[in-house]
Amino acid sequence: MTATVDPPWALLAELTHGCPLRCAYCSNPVELISRSRELTAEQWTDVFRQAADLGVVQTHLSGGEPLLRRDLARIVAAADTAGLYTQLVTSGVGLHERRLAELLEAGLRCVQLSVQHTDPQAAELIAGARVFSAKERAARLVRAAGLPLGLNVVLHRADIDAVDDLITLALAWGADRIELAHTQYYGWAARNRTALLPTRDQVERARVTVRRRREQLTGSLELVWVAPDLLDATAKPCMGGWGAVSLTVAPDGTALPCPSAATLPALDAPNVRAHRLDWIWRESKAFNAYRGETWMPDPCRGCALRTTDFGGCRCQAYALTGDASRTDPACRHAPDHHLVRALVDEAPLRNSAYAYREGGT
Amino acid sequence: MTWRPVLARHVMLRRDPVRDTDLLLMPERVVVLRGHAGSVVRLCDGRREVPEIVAALAERFPGAPVADEVPRFLSALHEEGWLR
Repeated sequence: MTATVDPPWALLAELTHGCPLRCAYCSNPVELISRSRELTAEQWTDVFRQAADLGVVQTHLSGGEPLLRRDLARIVAAADTAGLYTQLVTSGVGLHERRLAELLEAGLRCVQLSVQHTDPQAAELIAGARVFSAKERAARLVRAAGLPLGLNVVLHRADIDAVDDLITLALAWGADRIELAHTQYYGWAARNRTALLPTRDQVERARVTVRRRREQLTGSLELVWVAPDLLDATAKPCMGGWGAVSLTVAPDGTALPCPSAATLPALDAPNVRAHRLDWIWRESKAFNAYRGETWMPDPCRGCALRTTDFGGCRCQAYALTGDASRTDPACRHAPDHHLVRALVDEAPLRNSAYAYREGGT
Repeated sequence: MTWRPVLARHVMLRRDPVRDTDLLLMPERVVVLRGHAGSVVRLCDGRREVPEIVAALAERFPGAPVADEVPRFLSALHEEGWLR
């Protein structure tokens, strides 16, 4: 099996779990990795080199908020020197003119900025922090620097009705791309699932809006709609397959086939402090656990969808059934799909408030 | 106006030694350049005009239908926004 493993294309480098925001939809783990356990810039430099040798060509510098790393420019430079195309994934908080110039100088290629809502007060409620004007400024600086700008909006009950306005905002801010991605109910977000799940009507209205706007847009803005797997009753092609396209390195060096896989208790995820990335990708038990099709249960095993959805999401199977190897319950053909139907039908009937993370950093 | 093709700022041409191919890297996307496509893009330095690029390639690949295919390929990349 080892010989046939294709190399990965992308590395999600989670530089820190620290974040000035406390988004209700945060899919990072409930227990965050403390700042003192973070990999150093030297260690990241080694990770980028190993990743490039392995076949990685792009890295997304993410978190938490990567701008909280004072040595971020050094980390960007290390990735660029390794030949990786670097994208900063940020809330925009802390992206001042001098900081951006420093990152540009280091080789930063593009920026993805999160946006919670077009209305500053609604955004504050979702993010648990007053950050809208910081984002507006960050977008302006990125555009002024001539860098490609992508907006990322996590969709849920409180912002999905603003999809039309969000697209207008993306145009006004000069974004090249807007990604409308439904909440992934892992980590902290799982706690807020009842408060976050949109209704079927909301999703349908948003879908119609996106279709209409897409027809009107003439190449200026790329509009990406990431399907709501739970409401569409369709398993998502999670990560393009387990250990197939990309890998994640968490702030403490834990290497994961997907950013949420830290929630899987039996995974025994390897760490870049102890193992070479090449071994981690090709040989480690964790990266081979759900690779390919041999692990698949019925009905995935004989299903035509298995080559497009790769059996869906292991973290979701675990979150909803306690067994990561079951068919993703989001899929309408899954034996556990009734669990998802119940969630989707019942959540909007309950009026619950968000739970926020304590403090921040 | 004479077009002197050059890669858009957000697009990076890179040799991929692991997969033994040329790639265009851009936000959220990797384009695999098959065959000699990388050699064509490598000539897009913002100084050469299209006929010069065609001539350079005709010399390097005698007998290949470069006069026909290269301008079409460059236009396609321009339409995608990858060449300016």
